[in-house]
This record gives sequence, structure tokens and C-alpha cells, in this order.
Amino acid sequence: MHVHGLHPLVKPALLLLGLLPMAWMIVAVFAGQAGANPVEYLTHESGQWGLRLMLVTLAMTPLRRMTGWTFPIRLRRMIGLLAFSYVVLHFLVFALFDHMLNPATIADDVINRPYILMGFLALLLLIPLAVTSTNAWMRRLGRRWKQLHKLVYLIAVLGVLHFLLLVRADPWEPLIYGAILAVLLLLRLPTPAFLRNRATAS
Amino acid sequence: RPFPDVAPSEFSTSAEPNSLEDISSYNNFYEYGMGKDDPKRLAPGLLRVEPWSVEVDGECENPGTYTYEDLVRPHQLEERIYRFRCVEAWSMVIPWVGIPMADVLKRFQPTSRAKYVELRTLQDPEQMPAQRGSSSIPWPYVEGLRIDEAMHPLSIFAVGIYGRELPAQNGAPIRLVVPWKYGFKCGKSLVKIRFTEEQPKNTWQVIAPNEYGFYANVNPNVSHPRWSQARERRIGRFFRQDTLMFNGYEEEVADLYAGMDLSTRQNW
Repeated sequence: MHVHGLHPLVKPALLLLGLLPMAWMIVAVFAGQAGANPVEYLTHESGQWGLRLMLVTLAMTPLRRMTGWTFPIRLRRMIGLLAFSYVVLHFLVFALFDHMLNPATIADDVINRPYILMGFLALLLLIPLAVTSTNAWMRRLGRRWKQLHKLVYLIAVLGVLHFLLLVRADPWEPLIYGAILAVLLLLRLPTPAFLRNRATAS
Repeated sequence: RPFPDVAPSEFSTSAEPNSLEDISSYNNFYEYGMGKDDPKRLAPGLLRVEPWSVEVDGECENPGTYTYEDLVRPHQLEERIYRFRCVEAWSMVIPWVGIPMADVLKRFQPTSRAKYVELRTLQDPEQMPAQRGSSSIPWPYVEGLRIDEAMHPLSIFAVGIYGRELPAQNGAPIRLVVPWKYGFKCGKSLVKIRFTEEQPKNTWQVIAPNEYGFYANVNPNVSHPRWSQARERRIGRFFRQDTLMFNGYEEEVADLYAGMDLSTRQNW
């Protein structure tokens, strides 16, 4: 196994790359390039980027297992926080432009619309993960940190359901996200015994 | 092409119309795809509006096939600036050019058995790519109105926007506009009118009977299962505004539904 540090520019570069879609969305809205309904554009784009980045974080462990590289795990926290940022933006657009920050109508939507409930639960569950993403919290929680952060599996499922329950006639797009998520979760299952034996033998 | 002679109408709203750009670039026309930008991208190159004819049959004295010219030319074109409210909770103000639906339908002399009108959109996979292959929507797109709704003075067959012929993506060359109902009731690219005794099944009612009924009158008090209808986003604005009963046409159309319970999804 290779043990060496990341190039000091990798993380800043990744951060900029991850913020690029957000910058593009905001520029598009102000430049009048976001179509006739810029709020809908912001909502859809921020939600999709949140989900995409969440899937990227879930790909890091399988990637390390398959390649032996360690850098995916070192970048995972930043990608997860980027995903969280897009989900927060997604919620803020909804709360501000759809509800003018009125808690009563937001609550009405959360309670009465299952797809909004799914999204809202995903957001709530992400908050403790974002808060405990620091090194200090990792040390403080020890083994429990890992258990806590397994919530991300549930959150990703909620995210895909949130998308799936929203679409009307044509569910192929959320189903693609769902299929990718299913593969990423299946890769986490314990390796079947006969494969494991062969791996040990070689 | 602009129309030479379009009369103003007392039914027009004084609200500021949306731009032609907004009206013709943000469309639900699933025959061209599910994206709002698919119709503008595909329809102008694929939809052949000339020649165009509409078949009329069912419970009427004058069934037959009428050309676009037969249908439209005998009537004075009017500009009707209407509010347009989509079931997805967005809205626009659209300066339609059209003719009263009643004037056209009367020429076919519906019989006393004609209780409803079924209206169909074109089905031609060569002109409408999303009709090719498997689809979750049973084509053609079918809409229906009660005969008194169709004969109401607010109901029109629209043939233009902003004094010009309809853009393909807005349902050229002729479509229905029923401004107190959700936009999906306003079928596009009309090819068939059928007078019936039985209530027709409209497409969305067939696809999702738990979500869509026959009437689909704009009603802020009855939510869609997946979203509230209490407010709407007028295209061009960021914040939402309150949705009005019957899309603000309550005074004109409430009589049509006297005695019906409109507070539940039953008569949705």
C-alpha cells in the first residue's frame, strides 16, 4: 500500500471544482440564462447536485477497496460537506421562494407531501453528520462516529425516494440514481465466502 | 405570420402579459418530451401544420372533416388576454388570439344527446417523437369538457399568441384554452372533436386517477396529492402569490358548478 500525502493543492482544487456548479447556477440566474422559471431551475439543480455528490461520497469506500488507494477516503469529508451545502441550498430555495420563510406553510408541506417529508428527513439527518465531520468530533466519538455516519446510507435512500415520488410520468432519471445507489450499497455487502477464499489463496 | 384583423375582448385581463420568449420556451407538451425546453427544441422542426384538418363526429348533425380554414375563417379573431394556471403551481398571462369555442361547436349542431365534448391532440410519431416506442402515456392526448363548459363564452379555440400564429410548441395550429381550469385541460394541436353522451376519460385521469379528475377547475382549497394549490409562481417573479378560485374567473363560471361540492377531491 502506498502511504504518502496528498499534494497540497488537491483539496483546494477539489473544493473549487465542487463549488463550480453552485457558482454556475447563481451566475445563470443573474444572467437570465436559467430559463423562464429560475426558482425551479435552482431547486432542481441544487437537489440533483446534492444527490450526485452524496453518491460520490458513497463511491469512495468501494473505490479504495478495489484499488487500494487511500486518497478517496481523505477526500470523502470534503465531498460530503459539499453535498450537504447543495442540500442546504436546495432547502433554502424552497423555504425562501416557495414559502417566504413561513414556518406554518413549510410544516404543512412537510407533513402532507411524502416526497417533501423524505427530503426534509434527509436534511435533518445530514446535520449531525456535518457537525461531527471534524477531527475533534471523530476523536471524541471514537467507534461510535463510524456507527453514526452509517446514517448516510439511509439519507441517500431518502434522497432517491424524494426524487422518485416527485416525478410524474417518467421515472427513469430518479431510477438511474436509485440503481447507482443500489450498486454502491451492494458493494458493501460482505464478500461471499468462495470469493474470499480464492482471494486469500492467490 | 401576423393576423390582419384581431378584435379586442372584454374578457381580457389588464394584467401584464408574459413575454413571448417565456410563453414559447417553457412548455409542457409531452409529445415532444418531459422537459420544459423539449417542445421549443423539437416541435418547430417536426410539427407540420399545413395542411391541417379536424375531424368532427359523435352526437351532432354536421359531422365531417373540416380544414383549418373551414373552422377558423368564418369567425372574427379576438385577442383574449387570459391568466393561465398550470397544475404544477406556476402561472402566466397569455395574450391568446382565438375564436369562441361555442361559435365553432354550434356550426356542427350538437344533438340533445351531446352532453360532453371530447377533444383530441394529434397522434403521429413522425411529428411527435415522444409518441415513438414505449411510453407511460397512452396516446393520443385526450381532453374532455361538459358541453356547457365548452359553450361558455370564456372557452376559446386559440390559433395565435401576440397577434401571430401559434408557435408549434404552444400547440399550433389550433388548441383549446379554458382559462378557469388547470392548463393540462387545454389540449394542443387539435385534430378531433367528438360529441358524446358519456363523460369522456381525459388522459391524466387515465394515467393517475388518484391525482386527476375530469373537471380540474383551478381551486386553491383542494391540494394536489403532491403539492398545495393555494399559491402559484407567476413566471417572471421569484415569490409566489395566492391562487384565486377558478383562476380569478369565479364571477363568470361559478354558476356552471352550482350545487356541486367543490371543497373535496370528489369533483376535482
